[in-house]
Amino acid sequence: MPKININGKEIDFETGMTVLQACELAKVEIPRFCYHERLSIAGNCRMCLVEMEKSPKPIASCAMPAVEGMKIKTNSELVEKARKGVMEFLLANHPLDCPVCDQGGECDLQDQSLYYGVDKSRFSENKRSVSEKYMGPLIKTQMTRCIHCTRCVRFSTEVAGVPEIGAIGRGENMEITTYLEKSMDSELSGNVIDLCPVGALTSKPYAFSARPWELKKTESIDVLDAVGSNIRVDTYGWEVKRILPRLNEDINEEWISDKTRYSCDGLLKQRIDSPYIKKENKLIKSSWEDALDTIIKKFKETDPNQIAGHIGDLVNLETTFAFKKFFEEIGSQNLEFREKPFYINPEDKMNYLFNSSINGIEESDLILLVGSNPRHEATILNARIRKAFRNNKTPIFSIGDPGDQTYDFKILGNSTQTIKEIIEEKHEFNKILNNSKKPLIIIGESALELESGGYIFEELKNFLIKKELINDKWNALNILVQNASTVGALDFKIINKDQSNSNFFKNIKNKKFKILYLLGSDNLKFDKNEEFVIYQGSHGDRGAEMADVILPSPAYTEENGLYQNLEGRVQECRKASYPAGEAIENWKILNKLNYLYKNKNLFTSYNSLKEEVLKNIVNFKDINKLPKFKEPSKKINNIFKNEKIHLSHIDYYFSNSISRSSKVMSECRSIKIKTLKSGTNN
Amino acid sequence: MSLKKVNPEQPKNFEFSSNYKKIAEEILKKYPNENKKSAVMPFLYLAQKQNSNWIPLAAIKYISKYLSMPYINVYEVATFYSMFNLSPVGKYFLQVCTTTPCLIRGADKIVKVCKQKISEKENHLTKNGECSWAEVECLGACVNAPMMQINEDYYEDLDEKSTVKIIDSILNNKILKPGSYRGRKNTSPENEKKINGNDYA
Repeated sequence: MPKININGKEIDFETGMTVLQACELAKVEIPRFCYHERLSIAGNCRMCLVEMEKSPKPIASCAMPAVEGMKIKTNSELVEKARKGVMEFLLANHPLDCPVCDQGGECDLQDQSLYYGVDKSRFSENKRSVSEKYMGPLIKTQMTRCIHCTRCVRFSTEVAGVPEIGAIGRGENMEITTYLEKSMDSELSGNVIDLCPVGALTSKPYAFSARPWELKKTESIDVLDAVGSNIRVDTYGWEVKRILPRLNEDINEEWISDKTRYSCDGLLKQRIDSPYIKKENKLIKSSWEDALDTIIKKFKETDPNQIAGHIGDLVNLETTFAFKKFFEEIGSQNLEFREKPFYINPEDKMNYLFNSSINGIEESDLILLVGSNPRHEATILNARIRKAFRNNKTPIFSIGDPGDQTYDFKILGNSTQTIKEIIEEKHEFNKILNNSKKPLIIIGESALELESGGYIFEELKNFLIKKELINDKWNALNILVQNASTVGALDFKIINKDQSNSNFFKNIKNKKFKILYLLGSDNLKFDKNEEFVIYQGSHGDRGAEMADVILPSPAYTEENGLYQNLEGRVQECRKASYPAGEAIENWKILNKLNYLYKNKNLFTSYNSLKEEVLKNIVNFKDINKLPKFKEPSKKINNIFKNEKIHLSHIDYYFSNSISRSSKVMSECRSIKIKTLKSGTNN
Repeated sequence: MSLKKVNPEQPKNFEFSSNYKKIAEEILKKYPNENKKSAVMPFLYLAQKQNSNWIPLAAIKYISKYLSMPYINVYEVATFYSMFNLSPVGKYFLQVCTTTPCLIRGADKIVKVCKQKISEKENHLTKNGECSWAEVECLGACVNAPMMQINEDYYEDLDEKSTVKIIDSILNNKILKPGSYRGRKNTSPENEKKINGNDYA
């Protein structure tokens, strides 16, 4: 390993590193504004100047490659003076409005000027001012504060893949803007706020609502899609003020999607705060006793086979497990988690996981999307695919047209016939596939919804087994599930299927059920008739609308819970705030119901429930770890029909009850609809 | 500085005329296909030339589609260079050099004439919308100072009288010959016709 001398200390570094990275290895802090690990190097803020031996001038360490034998000094007088000089220039045009700036308290410029700057200004001329720019409903701009680090420009072109932000003009007249001040058409746009080292880009919904030091920070995970991005929930009293990403190299790196970040205002609206009972077609506020009694009465007079339960998209593992136990006590097997009938085979764990893992996307050398639209189904995962596309030039193919994915891909065909040809090795694509060592096949729910869904899944799996692409080193089979509760529900076999895969949906259509228990389930579409509907959840949304009894329960930020993401990684979601009104934790409600029904508790305490849940997770290794690998079992499914693969439209900003309650999300959605209608963004 | 504000009134469509399209295709041949966006500056120049000295947004869109670039990147280039105009400057665009050598030789008098004849403020069009003027930095013809540029031609060795003559004629849609207005041939010396015994006249 080559060696570099930093402040008189010899340090080993890896070839290809920059001086700044080598300094970080030596645990020497280098101030910076424009440099960011995950973006390309710009070298335009000059804050990272260090002294290099034999160089007459200080060098920008972020852009200088480290070389064997270099002697770097970061604590000399020259460096200190250079930093002060740069700082003075940056502050020459930066307004002194920290007291009214939302970045105050977490501002890089503020912090660094304290440590490396001068305490006085010698600049007596007029400061420049720049007009505010419109960047959509999520990003608030105050462009006078901008120091032109161009992080946002690089983020939008490189990571988000929507080159819409740019720097116009030059010199003193340089300004950062989106093209003609349109809102940014990306699901990752909120991340520019975290990237901005000053208060030029701040969060619009969070504007002037709190200071960072008065917020309580809780490390948690996101459940609004199946990726399980790591987040930090910032609360002020009861209110969730904002949601920020947390670094997790295995999942979200340091980005989160706009839905994750901005749905939090939905946690304050449309909340169910007490139990309700429907009387004379009106929902009347009632007490817990009355509500539970009504349910138990109904349960006792109904045949267990006519009681059905449906689990929603945001339900955690504990609740799922307790729900299943409760239904076992009742003696009903009519449990379902799917919102639409699609093929899934819960016998092997790998049948419903993203087996290659999110990190594996970067290792892969070929990606094939089968009826999936990762941009809207799993935004953060799509950012990884884009990263692989950008850094490794991974070729990407698709069967079915998912629309713009922020990277180039080739459509192989639009029907199931193409898949059949590939399985029978008659397609041109097979040559490419045979040459690939680590291919990645991503099957979306849209493909599994087809009549040949079973064929697509089982035969593709058999094909991959035959090709030796499913083993403990590399598993090319990936299912892209959309809901945070899906993997957990499949682990506990919350699925009611027969040969045709849609038992539950047929029964609900034929009005076979007398009681329907919706556990946080808002996306199940059915025509309500005679059924007695119980809704247990946090938001007054579609499910609560048709309910006869409503039981209030906490949202995901208000109770501790385990979730399994689409890779099968078990993660802990932590309680950051308190449930609204009289809401009681989900498992406690089920416990109470069971007590009233059978005169015994399901679980004695939360810990015993959690223990049992962890015991029952299939192939469980450890929390935050990927599951164990088990040899796949084979199943033959020959029901093939030549069908067109139609990718179902995803209402991205409105996919769950929390987002639907959020004002910010509905603003985003209306802008999206407007641009879709006009056909073009400009 | 040239105009960097985007004109509020914009034509809806823009396309290269068949003539310009041919030139554009020739320009494209200079670059490998994967680097065709290198042609953005000559393309913007062509668009500006075709559209009486200014670039409408429709042209920015047209060029970005032509070269498969994001709109913002073409827009960045167009706003960066002072010689691209984003608002109408008229059929005749006068750029008066007012950098030191020209100023010493009386550029302020030319500016005065422009103010009288064209518009009180720079970058404002005449009433018929066909002509405007702007002060610019050094145009690199100091040896013939003072000078101005009309569209693509240099008018050099000016004084008040000759400037009035030139402006009057372009306002009547007549273009005078470019070059020196004191009878000089290019940049040759004026009074000392003999240098080292050689006749340079």
